[in-house]
Amino acid sequence: MDALDLARWQFAITTVYHFLFVPITIGLSAIVAGFHTWYLRTRTPEMLRLAKFFGKLFTINFALGLVTGIVQEFQFGMNWSEYSKFVGDIFGAPLAFEALLAFFLESTFLGLWLFGWGRLPEKVHVACIWIVHIGTVLSAYFILAANSFMQHPVGWRYNPQSGRAELTDFVAVLTNKVQLVAFPHVLASAYLVGGSVVLGIGLWLMRKHQQDRGMYRKAARVGAVVTLVAGLGVAISGDSQGKVMTEVQPMKMAAAEALYTTRDSCAEFSIFTVGSLNGEKERYAITVPCLLSFLGTGSFQGKVEGINDLKRELPAQITQEAQARQEPLRYVQPPDAVFTPNIPLAYWSFRLMIGVGMASCAVAVLALWFTRKRRDTIPRWMVWAAIATPFLPLLGNSFGWIFTETGRQPWLVYGVMTTATGVSGNSAGAVITSMVVFTLLYAALAVVEVKLFLDYTRRGADPYHPTKQTAEDEPLAFSY
Amino acid sequence: MSLETLWFIAIAILWAGYLVLEGFDFGVGMLLAIIGRGETEAETNDKRRLMLTTIGPFWDGNEVWLITAAGAMFAAFPAWYATMFSGFYLAMLVLLVVLILRNMGLEYRYKRDSAQWRARWDAAIIGGSLLAPLLVGIALTNLVHGVPINAQGDFTGNFFSLLGPMSILGGITFVALSLTHGAFFLALKTTGEIREAARKFAGRFGPVAWVLLAALLIWANVHTGTVWSWAASVVALLALGSSALADRAGRDGWAFLGTFFAIGLTAATYFLAVYPDVMPSTTNSAYSLSVHEAASTHLTLQIMTGAAVVFLPIAILYSAWNYWVFRKRLSPANIEPQGDPLAPVEAQPHA
Repeated sequence: MDALDLARWQFAITTVYHFLFVPITIGLSAIVAGFHTWYLRTRTPEMLRLAKFFGKLFTINFALGLVTGIVQEFQFGMNWSEYSKFVGDIFGAPLAFEALLAFFLESTFLGLWLFGWGRLPEKVHVACIWIVHIGTVLSAYFILAANSFMQHPVGWRYNPQSGRAELTDFVAVLTNKVQLVAFPHVLASAYLVGGSVVLGIGLWLMRKHQQDRGMYRKAARVGAVVTLVAGLGVAISGDSQGKVMTEVQPMKMAAAEALYTTRDSCAEFSIFTVGSLNGEKERYAITVPCLLSFLGTGSFQGKVEGINDLKRELPAQITQEAQARQEPLRYVQPPDAVFTPNIPLAYWSFRLMIGVGMASCAVAVLALWFTRKRRDTIPRWMVWAAIATPFLPLLGNSFGWIFTETGRQPWLVYGVMTTATGVSGNSAGAVITSMVVFTLLYAALAVVEVKLFLDYTRRGADPYHPTKQTAEDEPLAFSY
Repeated sequence: MSLETLWFIAIAILWAGYLVLEGFDFGVGMLLAIIGRGETEAETNDKRRLMLTTIGPFWDGNEVWLITAAGAMFAAFPAWYATMFSGFYLAMLVLLVVLILRNMGLEYRYKRDSAQWRARWDAAIIGGSLLAPLLVGIALTNLVHGVPINAQGDFTGNFFSLLGPMSILGGITFVALSLTHGAFFLALKTTGEIREAARKFAGRFGPVAWVLLAALLIWANVHTGTVWSWAASVVALLALGSSALADRAGRDGWAFLGTFFAIGLTAATYFLAVYPDVMPSTTNSAYSLSVHEAASTHLTLQIMTGAAVVFLPIAILYSAWNYWVFRKRLSPANIEPQGDPLAPVEAQPHA
C-alpha cells in the first residue's frame, strides 16, 4: 500500500469510528433534555432519575466523540494537504463555523449542565442541556455542508491564476441540494440511534431491575416512539436523497444497484444478489420490478443510467467541464482511468444500510407491543433483541457513510478533484505509523468505553434525589 | 488594515486564547503529580479530586479554542494550515494522542472507584498535561524560527528538524508557564492546604519560569524581532514578574491575571515577530509562506469576519458566564467522600 491507500484507510477507520459516537451524542442529548424537561413539568421522580441516568451514559459517550472529532479536523491538514490547499477557501469556512458556533456551545453548556445541579436555577439548568443539543445539530449542519460540497460542488469557481477552487456563493454552499436532503437524513438517523439506545436499555433493565419496571417501561416506550418517528424520517429523507443522487451522481446510484445497462424505463430494484457483481456473469437475484426507477426518478417509468454507459459518457463530460473552467486536467484524471467506484462495496453497503436501519424500527414496533398496558412479561428473546437494537442503526450509519464516501470515488470533490491528487506528500512510513497508532488507540478506547457504558447501564438509575440548591460549604452535587 | 492582516490577528488571538485558557488546566493537570500527593492513596485521591473539580466545568470549553484556531487557519489561510499540519506530521500525531488520552482521563478517572483505574488515568492526565504544552510550544516556536520549505511551499524536513534548540526551549518554556499559571489558578480557586501548596510552588518555580521566558523571548526577538514584538516581550516579562509580587501580597486574582497576560503576550510576541510571514522558510527566505500567499479570497475572509464579529463575542460572553457561575473557591468540604459510582442501587419503592 502506498501513502494514498494508507491515508484513505486511516480516514475510513477514524471517520467510521468517530461517527459511532456522533449520532449517540445528537440523539441522546435530545432525549436526556426531554426527560429533564418532563421532570420539571410534572415533577415525576422517575423522569429526573432517567435524565440523570441517561445523562451519565451520554457523558461516557460524549468524551470519545469530542476527541475523535479533533482528529478529523487535523487529519485534513495532515494527510490531505493538497486537498486542503485546493479547496480550503470553500471547505475551511464550514469547519471554522462549526467550531465557533457549535463546539463552544456544546462544551460550555455541557459543563454547565453537569456541574450545575443545585447551582443554577432549574429552568436555566434545563436550558443548558437543550443548548448542548442545539450545538450538536448545528455542528452536523456545518460538517454536512462541507461534505455536500465534496459530493456536489456548488457556489465556487476555479481560479486559473491562483490555481485553486474559490468560493463565489457561501449561501449556495450552505443550501446545496445534496445538503438539503443529507442533513435531514443524517439528523433523523441520529435520532434513530438515540431512540434505539434508550429503547434497548429500557427493555433490558425492565427485566433486570424489577423494582423499577414502571420507570424503564416508560423509557423503553419513549425510545420506541423516537425510533419509529425517526425511522420514518430516515426513510422519507433517504428517498429524496436517492433522487438527488440519481441526478448529481448517477454513477453512485448505478453502483448502489450494480446496474450495468441503462434502463430506459421501469428499472428493477435488486434486493439481494448471489454471485458476481461485475456485470458479466448471470446471477441469482431477487428484484422488485420498476422500483429503482421510482426511487431514482419518482416515476415507475423513469430512465436510470447504467454503469457501462456512464463509463463511456462521464470521462469526456468531466474533461470538457474542467477545460471550460481552465482547470489542469491532472486533477480530473483518475489513476488507471477508472471512473467507477468499488461496485460490490457500494451495492452491499447500500443494502445493509437500509436493512439494519429498518430492522431497528421493527424492534421498536415489537417493543411497543410487548410493553403495552396489562402485559407484565417480556419474552427472553425480546431482551436479546433489545440489547442488539442500538447496534442496528449504528451499523446502518456506518454503512451509509461507507456507501456515500466510497461511492463517490474516484473523486474527492465530485468531477473536480480526484482522491489521488488530494493527498499530502508524506512518506508511506509516516502515514502507516499514524494509521496503526490511531487504530490501536481507538480499539483500546473502545474496549474501555463499551465496558464502562455497559457497567453503568447494568447498574441502572440512581435513587431519586430531588435537587436542592447547594450551600457554599456543602458537597457539590457533582464533582470529580 | 487588510482582511488578511485582520485574520492573521484573529488567528493569533485564537492561539493566545488557547494557550492562556488550556494553559491553566494543563498546569493543574501537571500539578497533580506535585501538589496532589498524600501519605495514602485515599489522601492523594482527595487532593486530586479537589484539584480536578476546579477545572471541571472549564477544560472542555478551553480546548475548543484549539479546534477553533485550527479551523480558522484552515478557512482563512488554507496553505498555512495545510503546510503546517502535514509538515509537523508526527508532532501533530503525538499531540493528538496525548490530548485524547488526557481528555479520556479527565472524563473517565472518577467513573470507577479503583486505585488502579485512577492511577492509570492520572498518568494519562499528568503525562498529557505535560506533553501537550511541550508539543504546542515546539510547534509554535518553529513557526518563529522557520522550517525547511521548498520553492513549491512544501515542508521538506522531518520530525527531528522540528527539534532545534530554540523550539525545545520554546516547548519547555510553555510547560513552565502553564505550570505557574495552573498554580495561580489553583491558588485562586481553592482554600486551605491546596491553596497554600500551590502558592508555595508558584513562589519557588515562578523565577525559573521567568528566566526561561526571558531567554526564549530574547532569542526569538534577536532571531526575527520587530519593535512591536520586543515591546510585547517586555510587557510579558513584566506581567510574569508582577504576578509573583501579587502572589506575595496574597492577591491570587492579580497573580493569575499576571500569568494570563504573560502567556498571551508571549503568543503575541511570536505572531508579531513572524508577520507578514506565516511560515518562514529556513531553506531560502524567498520561499517563506506569507500572509498574502496563504490567505483565502476576500469573499471567504469577509464571511468569516462577519461570523467572527457576531459569534466570537457571544462565545466569549457565555464562556465568561460559565466562569462566573463556578467562581467560588472550593474546599475539601465541597467534595463528597469518594464513593463507588457503580455500587448497586438499593431497592426503590415503586414510584
